[in-house]
Amino acid sequence: MIPKNLKYSKEHEWVKEENGIVRVGITDYAQEALGDVVFVELPEVGDSFAAGEAFGSVESVKAVSDCYMPVSGTVKTVNEALLESPELVNEDPYGKGWMIEIEPDNKEELEELMSAAEYEEYLATLEEGDE
Amino acid sequence: MTSPLIIELSLPGRSGAKLPVPDVPVKDVASLLPAGMVREEPPNLPEVSEVDVVRHYTRLSSLNYGVDTGFYPLGSCTMKYNPKINEDMAALPGFTGLHPYQPEHLAQGALALMYRLERYLCEIAGMDRFTLQPAAGAHGELTGMMIIKAYHEHRGETQRTKVIIPDSAHGTNPATATMVGCETVTIPSNERGGVDLDALRRAVGEDTAGLMLTNPNTLGLFDENIIEVCRIVHEAGGLVYCDGANMNAIMGMARPGDMGFDVVHLNLHKTFGTPHGGGGPGSGPVGVKEFLVPYLPRPLVDRIMDPTGEEKYVLNYEGKHSIGRVKSFYGNFGVMVKAYAYIRTLGARGLKEASEIAVLNANYQKEKLKHTYKLPYDRTCMHEFVLSAKNLKETGVRTLDIAKRLLDYGFHPGTIYFPLIVEEAMMIEPTETESKETLDRFIEALEKIAQEAAENPELVTGAPHTTPVKRLDDVTAARKPVLRW
Repeated sequence: MIPKNLKYSKEHEWVKEENGIVRVGITDYAQEALGDVVFVELPEVGDSFAAGEAFGSVESVKAVSDCYMPVSGTVKTVNEALLESPELVNEDPYGKGWMIEIEPDNKEELEELMSAAEYEEYLATLEEGDE
Repeated sequence: MTSPLIIELSLPGRSGAKLPVPDVPVKDVASLLPAGMVREEPPNLPEVSEVDVVRHYTRLSSLNYGVDTGFYPLGSCTMKYNPKINEDMAALPGFTGLHPYQPEHLAQGALALMYRLERYLCEIAGMDRFTLQPAAGAHGELTGMMIIKAYHEHRGETQRTKVIIPDSAHGTNPATATMVGCETVTIPSNERGGVDLDALRRAVGEDTAGLMLTNPNTLGLFDENIIEVCRIVHEAGGLVYCDGANMNAIMGMARPGDMGFDVVHLNLHKTFGTPHGGGGPGSGPVGVKEFLVPYLPRPLVDRIMDPTGEEKYVLNYEGKHSIGRVKSFYGNFGVMVKAYAYIRTLGARGLKEASEIAVLNANYQKEKLKHTYKLPYDRTCMHEFVLSAKNLKETGVRTLDIAKRLLDYGFHPGTIYFPLIVEEAMMIEPTETESKETLDRFIEALEKIAQEAAENPELVTGAPHTTPVKRLDDVTAARKPVLRW
């Protein structure tokens, strides 16, 4: 399940750009690998992060994993629904399970992310590398 | 199983003891205390008889599983059998009757034991001095990283705030680095499961405080490039911290100090046969090379000659740059006695043999099981190995299910879903104290479970079937915890 209209990072975050604002979440592959999410830690509105920096973390019954900024920017909105209902990350990773909305510092960074087709290929190499 | 809580056994008015009739006038508590200090409602305590209490807790205690009841191959935890002679030694009245404020001249035996234990640990780890204060492994890590930080600060290199940690590390390593106020930099492992040297070279710099590394690592693999790893970090001006959690693999064979590590902690409760987990307390002594001795917590135990030419043991509080005390008094002394007894019982040859057998047992199980489960890093392992149940994915059976099914076979499962770099990981550490028969029974159980997964997966996904408590809903427990009755 890899929506065509999104862009992807190697750390399994997806981004969706709309009117200059970038929405970020984790992919279906990531939520599947994590297992049942029990807690989501999100940044404060106004926090700024560089691309690749951890902006929050997801705790599942297996482990705690950091979530990384796909592009540099400032947090405009966080999905507060996740604090009460972390299961949304599992149930609807590309929809109600979104995490933050950011104003990107440099839109060109978006170009460096993978397309859906490239992400699909990337996932295939991960599976292979594991064999 | 119906096992009520003690509070559910309560009946109004029932009690375990009767107090004598008071021989002084009785006054209402409310008349003696300010109104704000008096409870409005009585506390909700269980009202039960003595026999209720004894039976309740005895029944619960019989549900425990530990190294005294069965095989416990919990990877990364070294759940070896703890010889009972250690308990006998720690129970000697000369030790149990000791008070921490006792004057030095009345505690010479205890101080001598601490001094000698420290010498043994130095010999085993290849370090110059140890503090025995830290109360457990993570506490040792914190102490070690505080020493590294103090060292850089004392040299005016306050920009050294980054701690490099491989992606296979114990979760406590990044937590420790963060707790001392450093930032962590994660580097990937190479295809052989060791540190990726190129990634390490790219990561080090003038901001490097140090590298935290477990060797053998959490995949149970000895890092063959360890000398080069330490050299790269040292050249960049950083120090190298050894998480000694896996020392059980290399006692008498290889020493962290010789590999180039500057600081190491040892888990007496893993490697040196003292109780672990809920049965602790633990002890995580930290050893350093000579140049870091000034930073160690004080006091240290020294042996001196007094003017009459008599040898005596003293607590030395001097330490120019000491990070200060990290534990009240001198650490968990009882654990030190047990570890000392363990080291003396086995001796130098015995410790080496313990490591040899620990490694042999792990390799025996690994070779047998690699035909049934996936072995992501097919190399000679050290004291533990990591399998993946990814090959059973199509049956719908996951590692968690296998772990639960092992309970039906009467075994404690291995560590699961760790290290994070192996999908559906099962980390198995048999230790040296198990017989070939026990090792074989565990292998057979895991083989049978794989067969069950293929033929009757519901049997595995519905496990455990024979334990007093069935599958727990850990997801709801974590999402909506109920923390009090």
